[in-house]
Amino acid sequence: MPTGKPVQPLQNAGSVPVLVRKWLAGWAHRRWVDYAFVVGLVILAIVVASATDVFFTQRNISNLFRQIVTNGLVSLGMLVVILTGGIDLSVGPIVALTGILAAGLTDRIGLAPALLVALLVGLVAGALNGFLIARFKLPPFIVTLATLSAFRGLIYVYSETPQTPQNPAFRSLLGGGFVGPIPVAVIVMLICYPLVWMFLNRTTVGRAIVALGGNEEAVRLAGINVRRHILLAYVISGFFSAIAGILLASRLGIAQPNVGSGYELDAIAAVVIGGGVLGGGGGGAVGTFGGVLVLGVIDNLLNLFNVQSYYQQILKGLIIVFAVLARRREQ
Amino acid sequence: MTDSPFLQMRGISKSFDGTQALRKVDFSASRGEVHAIVGENGAGKTTLMKILAGALRPDTGQILLAGKPVELNSPHDAFGVGIRTVYQEFSLIPHLTITENILLGQMPVRKLKWWVDWTEAHRRAEEILREIGFTGIDVRVPVSRLSVSRQQMVEIAKAVAERPSILILDEPSAVLSQEELKLLFTLIGKLKQEGALIIYISHRLDEVFEVADRITVLRDGEVMGTVVARETDEAQLIRMMVGRTLEEFYPTRRASPRHEILAVRHLSREGEFEDVSFSLASGEILGLFGLVGSGRTQLARTLFGADPLTSGEIYLDGAPFHPRSPRDAVAAGIALVTEDRKRDGLVMTCSILDNTSLPTMPRMSHGIFLDRQKQHSLVQSKVEELNIRPPVVDRLVRTLSGGNQQKVVLAKWLLSEARVLILDEPTRGVDVATKVEIYRIIGDLADRGVGILLISSELPEILGMCDRALVMREGRLVGEFARSEASEEGLLASAAGVMPAILQTGGYTSANR
Repeated sequence: MPTGKPVQPLQNAGSVPVLVRKWLAGWAHRRWVDYAFVVGLVILAIVVASATDVFFTQRNISNLFRQIVTNGLVSLGMLVVILTGGIDLSVGPIVALTGILAAGLTDRIGLAPALLVALLVGLVAGALNGFLIARFKLPPFIVTLATLSAFRGLIYVYSETPQTPQNPAFRSLLGGGFVGPIPVAVIVMLICYPLVWMFLNRTTVGRAIVALGGNEEAVRLAGINVRRHILLAYVISGFFSAIAGILLASRLGIAQPNVGSGYELDAIAAVVIGGGVLGGGGGGAVGTFGGVLVLGVIDNLLNLFNVQSYYQQILKGLIIVFAVLARRREQ
Repeated sequence: MTDSPFLQMRGISKSFDGTQALRKVDFSASRGEVHAIVGENGAGKTTLMKILAGALRPDTGQILLAGKPVELNSPHDAFGVGIRTVYQEFSLIPHLTITENILLGQMPVRKLKWWVDWTEAHRRAEEILREIGFTGIDVRVPVSRLSVSRQQMVEIAKAVAERPSILILDEPSAVLSQEELKLLFTLIGKLKQEGALIIYISHRLDEVFEVADRITVLRDGEVMGTVVARETDEAQLIRMMVGRTLEEFYPTRRASPRHEILAVRHLSREGEFEDVSFSLASGEILGLFGLVGSGRTQLARTLFGADPLTSGEIYLDGAPFHPRSPRDAVAAGIALVTEDRKRDGLVMTCSILDNTSLPTMPRMSHGIFLDRQKQHSLVQSKVEELNIRPPVVDRLVRTLSGGNQQKVVLAKWLLSEARVLILDEPTRGVDVATKVEIYRIIGDLADRGVGILLISSELPEILGMCDRALVMREGRLVGEFARSEASEEGLLASAAGVMPAILQTGGYTSANR
C-alpha cells in the first residue's frame, strides 16, 4: 500500500556501504511501488514526445515548466493539508486574490511591499481556514467551500477589472525573469519541493502532521497540540497559493480577477496521482511532484498535437482513475 | 457427536510471501458442538478460519461439508452454505443505525421496491437482539455511539440473525464485559442445541474451558492435537500451545511501593464518575477492576487530561495538578495506554519509528529538526528491549500482529519515561506469550519506581499483578482490596454489587476450577 512517505536511509548504520544498501532496500520495498505509476507515465510521455521534435526543444521544456509552476506550488500546500486528513478547496481564489493584490499595489506602494502584502493575505486566508477547522472542529470541505466563495467575492471587492502594473520589474524580476535558461518561477518551485520534503520528513512538526491524518486522537493523546498543527497546515496552503498567485500574475504581466477556477481540482489530482490518500494517511512531496509533472506533460503534449482542451480534461480524469486503480492492485 | 463429522478440512496449507502460515492442517468438527481453537498469535488460527469463511483461498487442501467437497472462493460462497464469521475487526458501518447494520442487504421494503419499511426494520432488529438476550438498547441510534463491547454484540447479532449452520467467533470476548460474555455463552448454548457448529477462537483459556466441548491447539501453523475440554486442564493446553511450560506467568516483584506520587481527591466528571479518591505510590501497581461501563476508562482519560473534570483535585508529588490537555499530562510525566489501540493508541499508517517517538519528539530534536540518529537509536533500543517482531523500525505498525502493536504502544510511553503509567486493558487481544512479556515489563517498571494504575476486566491479571486493587461500579469506587485479601469472588461481587453467594448461583464459573 502506498503511503507516499519516502523511506529515509538509516543514519545510525555506520559505514557508507551499509547506508547505501539500506537506502536501496528502502527503495526496493516501498518507494518503487509507490512511484511506479508516475514513473511509468513519465516514461510513456517521453516516448510519445519523441515522436515529435517540438517537445524536446529548450523553448518547449521551459514553457512546460513555467506552466506547471502554479499547480506545482498549489499542490504542495494541498499535500500538507491532505496529509492532516483535510482538504483545501479555497486555493483558486487565494491565487487570484494574492495575484491581483500584488499587481494592483505594485504601482502604489512599490514592488516589495506589494509582494509582502500579497503573501500576508495568503497566510491570513489560510489561517482563517485553519482557525475555523481546528478551533470549531468544522469539516474542512465545508469550511473551504465557504471561503472559496467568500474569497472569490473579496477579489471583486478589491477590483472588478484586470490589474496591469506599469513597473516593468513586476514582470521581469519574477514570472518573466530568467537565470540563464531557467525561468525564475521554476527555480522558486524547485526550491519549495525539497523544503517541504524536509519539513514533512525531518521536522517534529512535519512528522506530527503526517501522523495526524492517520489517527488524530492518537496524536492528541501523545500530548501533541493537534489544533496548532491543523492550523499550520492551512496556513502553509495559503502561503503556497499566494506564491503561486504572485508568480502567475507576474508571468502574464496582468492579474485577472477570474483566474484560479478549478485549481483545487488540479492540485488534488496531482497529490492523489502521486500517492496521496484523501482523508490522510499517505502522500509525499516526491510523489506529488510526479503528479504535477504528469498532468503538465499531458497538457503540454496535447497542446503540441493541437488536441482540443476538452479531450485533455477527459484524459486527466482517466489518469486519476487509473492512478488510484493501479495502486489498489498493489495492495 | 456423530461418527462422520459435519465439517472436515483436509490437508490445508497456506503460505504468504514464503512464510508458511498453515502446514497440512486437518480439522474436523460436528454439528451441535462448540469447538475451540487456541494457539498463540501467528499460530494460524485466524488464517484457518478465514479459509473456512471464504476470505482466503488455501494453497492446497479440501473442505468437506456433510461429506461433500465445497469450493469457498469468496465470503459470499461461505454465506451460501451457512457459514458466518464474527471477526476481531468490526465490519460495522459506524454512522448507520443498529437496525441497518444488522439487516444490511436485507432491509424490508414496502410494495414500491425501493421504499424502506422502517417500522418493520426496527421491529426485526429488536427481535433479533432480544433473541440473543440483548435488551434495553435503541436500535435507531448509529453504532458509532455504542461502546466497543456493545458494537461487538451488534456484530454477533448480525451474524446469528440468519441462523448459520457454522458460526465462527474470532476472539469475541476481547472487548466484552463479563455480563455480555454471559449473554454470549447463553446464546452459544442455544445455537448448539439447535444443531449449529460453533467454532470459538480465543486467547482466554478460562473462557475456552467454560464454553467449549472440544479444543484444537495450533502451533506454528500445525495442529498439535484435539482434546476434549473436560479431560484436560490449562497447564496442558499452555504446554501444547507454546511448547514449553510457563514457569512464571506473573513476574516476581523485587521492590515494594515507596512514597505517594499521585493522589486523587473527590474527583468527579458529570455523568461518568463521582467522588473518586485514591492514592498511588511510586513503585506500586494499583489495580482498577470494574465491568465495562463502570467509568474506569473515563477516570483514566480525565487523569490524563483528555477529558475535563467537573470537580475534585489531583495531586502529583503533593502539588496540585490541573491537566487541561494530554499535553499537560505528558509534560508532567503521566502516560496513558488506551484500551483500544486502533482507535486512539496508534497511527496505523505510520511506522514503528514515528509512532514510538510521537510524544517524545521534542527530546529528539534540535530546534524543529529531528535528530534522526538519536531518534533511531532510542526507538531501536526500546524495540529490542520489548522484543518487537520484526525489529525493523521503518515497518508500518499496520503490518504488525496485535501483540506487537500493543508493544509499540508500550514502547512509546516507556520512551517518555513517565512516572505515572495508566494502563487501560494492556493485554487485550494479545497472545499468551506476549501477555507474559507485558507483565514482565510492567513489573520491571514498578521495580524502577514508576507508579502504575492497571485497569483490567481480567480478574487473574488484577490478582496476579497488583499490590492493591480498587473496584469501580457505576462511576463510584466501591471497594479496595489489599493483595492478601483479594479474591476473584470478592472483587467480582463488589464490581457487580451482589453478594458472592448469589453470584455463584447466577451461573458464573471462574477460572480457578
